[in-house]
Amino acid sequence: MRLEGRKVIALGERDGVPGEAIASCLASAGAEVVFSLTECFV
Amino acid sequence: MDPESQSQIKAVVDRFGNEDVVVVLGAADPDALEVAGETVTSGDPAYAGPLAGVSLGLPVVHILEPEVKEQVDPQVYSEQVGLLELTLDVEAVHSAMRKLRGEG
Repeated sequence: MRLEGRKVIALGERDGVPGEAIASCLASAGAEVVFSLTECFV
Repeated sequence: MDPESQSQIKAVVDRFGNEDVVVVLGAADPDALEVAGETVTSGDPAYAGPLAGVSLGLPVVHILEPEVKEQVDPQVYSEQVGLLELTLDVEAVHSAMRKLRGEG
């Protein structure tokens, strides 16, 4: 799936990859991050 | 997923539609991936938040999947995900994502 030009929701997780890290990666891939969060799953 | 987050995701889809929006997950726990994935495809499995009974049908991928990684600037990926990629159970994530998408 091509991410370039797509709108992306970054759903990160505290014990995995945080939303901010996902958002940084996707921005470099040419995607537009429209919402990002870091959940805490317990 | 907490109701406030569900509300924000719903607002994004209301604004942009579901054809151009992709969800990228970052959780490492298979159960967490299942809950997050279900919430943005078939609706809140706990039937507690704004996405209860709402099938957004969004495509879902994971930041640790090769098809995502190969599209990211390698230096950015290394800085943001590199260490985590070494410590998390990547194969368990891949397996959970295949299951989530019904790929067996």
